[in-house]
Amino acid sequence: MNSVQISALFCKGCAYCVKFCPKQILEMGTVRSRKGHFNPVVTDPEKCIACGICATMCPEAAIEVTKGE
Amino acid sequence: MAKVYTRPQSLLPVPSGFCPGCLHSMAIKLVGEVVDELGQLDNTMHIIPVGCSTLNLLYWKGDNLGSAHGRAPAVATGFKRCCPERLVFAYQGDGDLASIGLAEIIAAANRGENFTVIFANNSTYGMTGGQMAPTTLIGQKATTCKMGRDPADSGYPMKMCELLSTLEAPAFVARYALNTPKGVNEARKGIKKAFEYQMAGKGFTFVELLINCPTNWGMSPLQTLEYMETNTIPYFKPGVYKDKEAEVK
Ligand SMILES: Cc1ncc(C[n+]2csc(CCOP(=O)(O)OP(=O)(O)O)c2C)c(N)n1
Ligand code: SF4
Ligand code: SF4
Ligand code: SF4
Ligand SMILES: [Mg+2]
Repeated sequence: MNSVQISALFCKGCAYCVKFCPKQILEMGTVRSRKGHFNPVVTDPEKCIACGICATMCPEAAIEVTKGE
Repeated sequence: MAKVYTRPQSLLPVPSGFCPGCLHSMAIKLVGEVVDELGQLDNTMHIIPVGCSTLNLLYWKGDNLGSAHGRAPAVATGFKRCCPERLVFAYQGDGDLASIGLAEIIAAANRGENFTVIFANNSTYGMTGGQMAPTTLIGQKATTCKMGRDPADSGYPMKMCELLSTLEAPAFVARYALNTPKGVNEARKGIKKAFEYQMAGKGFTFVELLINCPTNWGMSPLQTLEYMETNTIPYFKPGVYKDKEAEVK
């Protein structure tokens, strides 16, 4: 399965990934990270097409995207 | 399982020093992706300016060399002439490059020095709290122009790509906006082209990246992307302003 890993160390909660995901499967979480930011969560991982747009638009290079078999 | 995107190796594994949503992070990330792709990290020399991008000192994994405000092109000139085999880039803000360092950038471009300038334009003096820069847009508010920039008083925002492309020597001069995936992908290609030209000894290369400053613009990160679309991009038009190779063909 395709997957998206979001680093709570690097993420600063700008929501650019949420805005640009073509599948609209990212949403800002409601719990602050230890860094004090809200991090996005993947609402429907099954729908991820591993396009990498979220990672492209993440200024902090906080997202890694993996394409499954 | 194939990685579609991994964090560039050219960045240190620490959080950047930039504010949330600041596209300085995006700009240096793109440089990191290109340097990774070219396998040049150990060979780069990053010339550090004065401004928020000085924070890259604690973020860029390769060698850094500091310079006085606006003087990065002069320092880059000296370093590149001594070590021509190194991949040298100066990363400068708009206050640094278009105001205090205006003479240095024009002189280096005019001499056709063989290094690359990454020009991160956020139309403000970010680090010092949002004063008007030479690039502040007409009507854009700043701490030193509360009513918004008035050309009758402060002149018009300076278009550095347009200005530098009138010079004979520069090999590549281009502008990209980092507020959309398309702009980001084009900017990556532009940075790569500039670095390849430098490695082939073609001369001075200049890549302007339109970025934001959520903190001093007084907007949320998402609002700045819209502001760029409706205000910054119509004035600072993205595009390739000079490409010596294209002229030859
Ligand atoms: C000689 C000198 N003059 C003034 C300053 C104060 N100063 C520090 S950063 C800065 C402006 C930076 O603006 P810009 O280059 O646009 O970078 P940004 O922070 O917006 O990325 C100024 C005026 C300084 N450090 N040294
Ligand atoms: S890889 Fe594409 S589809 Fe998957 S979360 Fe990121 S932007 Fe959305
Ligand atoms: S784009 Fe990056 S920094 Fe911004 S919210 Fe998404 S993961 Fe966090
Ligand atoms: S002050 Fe502006 S330019 Fe500087 S890090 Fe913050 S958002 Fe970026
Ligand atoms: Mg600036």
